[in-house]
Amino acid sequence: MALNITIKDLDLETRLIYQRIYLASAFVLLVTLLIVTRIFYLQVTQHEHFTTLSQSNRIKILPAPPARGLIFSSDQVLLADNRPTFTLEVVPEQVDELDSTIKRLSEIIAIEPGDIRRFKELQKKKRRFEGIPLKFNLSDEEVALISVNRHLFPGVDVATRLNRHYPLGRDLSHTIGYVGMIDEAEFEKLNKSNYSGITHIGKSGVEKAYESLLHGYVGYRQVEVNAQGRKIREIGRKPPEPGKNLYLTLDASLQTFVAQSLEGKRGAIVAIEPATGAILASVSSPGYDPNLFVNGIDKASYNELIQSKATPLLNRFLRGKYPPGSTIKPFLGLGALQHRVRDSVDETWCRGWYSLKGSTHRYRDWKKEGHGHMDLLNAVSQSCDVYFYSLAHDLGIEGIHQSLTDFGFGKPTNIDIGNESAGLVPSKQWKKEKLGQPWYPGETLITGIGQGAVLVTPIQLAAATAAMANRGRLVRPYLLSEVRDSITGQLMIRTTVREDRQLVSAGDEHWDTIIESMREVVHGNRGTARATGAGSEYEFAGKTGTAQVITIAQDEEYKEEEVPEEFRDHALFIAFAPIERPEIAVAIIVENGGSGSSTAAPIARALFDHYLGTPGQVRVSSN
Amino acid sequence: MRVKEVSLMERIHIDVPLLFWVIVLSVVGLLALYSANGQDMDLILRQSIRLGAALLIMIIIAQLSPARLSRFSIWIYLGCLALLIMVLFFGDVGKGAQRWLDIKVFRFQPSEIMKLALPMVIAWYLGEKTLPPAIGRVFVALIFILIPVLLIVKQPDLGTALLVAVAGFSILFIAGISWKLLAGFFLTASLSAPALWYLLHEYQKKRILTLLNPEQDPLGAGYHIIQSKIAIGSGGIYGKGWLNGTQSHLEFLPERSTDFIFAVFCEEFGLMGVLVLVCIYLFIIARGLYIAMHAQQLYGKLLGAGIILTFSVYIFVNMGMVSGQLPVVGVPLPLISHGGTSMLTIMAGFGILMSIHTHRRLL
Repeated sequence: MALNITIKDLDLETRLIYQRIYLASAFVLLVTLLIVTRIFYLQVTQHEHFTTLSQSNRIKILPAPPARGLIFSSDQVLLADNRPTFTLEVVPEQVDELDSTIKRLSEIIAIEPGDIRRFKELQKKKRRFEGIPLKFNLSDEEVALISVNRHLFPGVDVATRLNRHYPLGRDLSHTIGYVGMIDEAEFEKLNKSNYSGITHIGKSGVEKAYESLLHGYVGYRQVEVNAQGRKIREIGRKPPEPGKNLYLTLDASLQTFVAQSLEGKRGAIVAIEPATGAILASVSSPGYDPNLFVNGIDKASYNELIQSKATPLLNRFLRGKYPPGSTIKPFLGLGALQHRVRDSVDETWCRGWYSLKGSTHRYRDWKKEGHGHMDLLNAVSQSCDVYFYSLAHDLGIEGIHQSLTDFGFGKPTNIDIGNESAGLVPSKQWKKEKLGQPWYPGETLITGIGQGAVLVTPIQLAAATAAMANRGRLVRPYLLSEVRDSITGQLMIRTTVREDRQLVSAGDEHWDTIIESMREVVHGNRGTARATGAGSEYEFAGKTGTAQVITIAQDEEYKEEEVPEEFRDHALFIAFAPIERPEIAVAIIVENGGSGSSTAAPIARALFDHYLGTPGQVRVSSN
Repeated sequence: MRVKEVSLMERIHIDVPLLFWVIVLSVVGLLALYSANGQDMDLILRQSIRLGAALLIMIIIAQLSPARLSRFSIWIYLGCLALLIMVLFFGDVGKGAQRWLDIKVFRFQPSEIMKLALPMVIAWYLGEKTLPPAIGRVFVALIFILIPVLLIVKQPDLGTALLVAVAGFSILFIAGISWKLLAGFFLTASLSAPALWYLLHEYQKKRILTLLNPEQDPLGAGYHIIQSKIAIGSGGIYGKGWLNGTQSHLEFLPERSTDFIFAVFCEEFGLMGVLVLVCIYLFIIARGLYIAMHAQQLYGKLLGAGIILTFSVYIFVNMGMVSGQLPVVGVPLPLISHGGTSMLTIMAGFGILMSIHTHRRLL
């Protein structure tokens, strides 16, 4: 009986499925019929109509690329413009034997294998009737040679194209970035109809971050062509909408000045307007000439850049990670005051070294004979290590972590052009997760003088210095100040202060203490950078830093001249000026530059003199 | 009981009629592609290699018995789901949507695998109990469908999401869910359509609006439809002849070798060619449905019918879109359009059909 029911059920099931499959077949046939009917309608009923359209389908729509927006500095200096250049173009559709044509062309003018390779790359992405550039930047002579032989080369033409040009060259390389030929991966992601006829795209820096503003909108021309597809006349057009002009917060004169002060050195400088976060100058040295990249850099130059030990392609101010050394002391000092670990009058006796209870290991001060009695003000201005070992010990690694992250270390600053490193502020949790090891008390000590695992980027250091100048108000660094219509010049977007958080809240007296101690660094009798502060017309606050790159053993002596250059100390300096109403905050790092006071601090002084000492110049307003 | 002679082809699990028509279709595809792409022999060579690889995969899959496929269904589905989630987090952004997963050697779209994994899992799930499925089981099957579909919509890839949903629903339909439920789904879907409009991306809205008014976007999708209709219409009954289509060769027709290759075909081979092509497709569909009906297990019946129904929906959507009846959703014409990923899924599906047919126990 039970068996019977099962069989019956199976039978029912099969019939049900059969029924559904028949229904599905009917559906397939019905839709097929619908589609065939539609095709019949188009091909038979409407055949005449579409044949006429097809024969008169002589109207082609050709893209009209927009001009890229220009980039200006805040003092109206042109940083990126478009220069007309002559380009040799080939329309593959109109050329019978492409390879032999190129070969014959190379007998008239010089065509590099690289040009041909690029041409073949582009050919894959373009329609056959679109002109493809074979060689850029033709000289007048080359233009003449081609014009004379034009009749021999159907489908080959000299076109005038706008070529991106960066007048300031290497002074701006990392900040403004460059445009380059659209590559395969970028092409995949593009809105193809808005990039038809376009060969270049922003690859890095401002050019990349603000691609959508700079690019504009492609227009088109309706062109009547003959049966071979050659243009007869233009019927209509929708003009392209050029890209927007960008005005950056950069002060071009300061930028050039700063770039030159790092000439021949490796390092980075960032100058920020503390009130707003506007970046006044940002330099990574050595730079590179962005103009080299615009039409594809040649292999030799590229190899030279890639293989150079000085890594010119690395954007140091965004992605260079450095031990902050003693520049970290004011921030920790404030943290200690804020968390009531220290009072401004508390003193520590410095005898030249510090050791933990129950340990014989000596953590040494840079001054062998010791600083004697130190309060916070003196400990910062004379950069006493022992004071900060002891402070770090009392504050603890978690307290240090809190104090540093409050100032924005260990996380991206969210600068508008992006692509920055987060740096690193160590903690017990971090060490356990990353290295699977416990945190040792000795590590807390060396973190207290900015050594060990802690790493900062120059942009973070500058932003934190600005926050110090603002007495705890942390601003987000940014480069784009205004967006203007490129035809009418009408203001479209103005950046107001991007982000504005009171992150570090400490009593006024604490800020007074720390800022006074930083003033003492440059203006005090015993300040580490007193030579730099001497004779200035304004008062400023700073902190030197000398970061060890290698570990010096207990009984070893560091002698600069005996250490190979790449292992010499990094020189650092942070500062803001004037103290009363800060207009500029800087962070300076000179890799393997020796001591902060002798190498980095004088650069800051010169920079301040330049910026504050030239009255009447256009500045980014804080209102 | 009589032991039937087993032919060599059956022993290596190949269904000859299906293989024959698939090869005929592929050859037609290569011819159309050669013409559509400006007679580029390199491209044809590459496409042939892909075709060979896809056929190989079809044959490999055919070796796996339906019983084994059925057992693996849930794992394939879950693995594919995991990949889809990974795409959301680590996917490559291609054409403004995250669809691709880059695994060093090659890039692939997990949503493409889901087109097979979803019907497999539903056929496995519903095949466990007798049909028609209880309402609770229908509900679970719906969840199986909704999770991947929502993940794919999020990528965003509306076209593929719809096709994956179709693949899932076709199994439910074959499994015999009641008409009331079907009507209910249909009603819910059509009622939620206006709400869905607000969830669509700008470009997706634009495509639908473009269908209504092609002149609106002459550089983009509107241009496609206008030129495609001209290509089809000017082909007439007998066509302009192979390699003689003016629309395609004068470069008026965009995406000639991919989504719009059917227009090239119509222009060059005319209504007669279209009828031949449609017949080839119908032969394949008929063979698929025949295999489904003669499957011994429930799993094979459901999955076989589901795969072949989804295949027909691809054809209809592509032809409908090229002839201007449906919005341009970017669905290739199966085994004709240039491109690898979709071809691979389709061949894998045919591999499953062959497996279902050639692993029957002969009585």
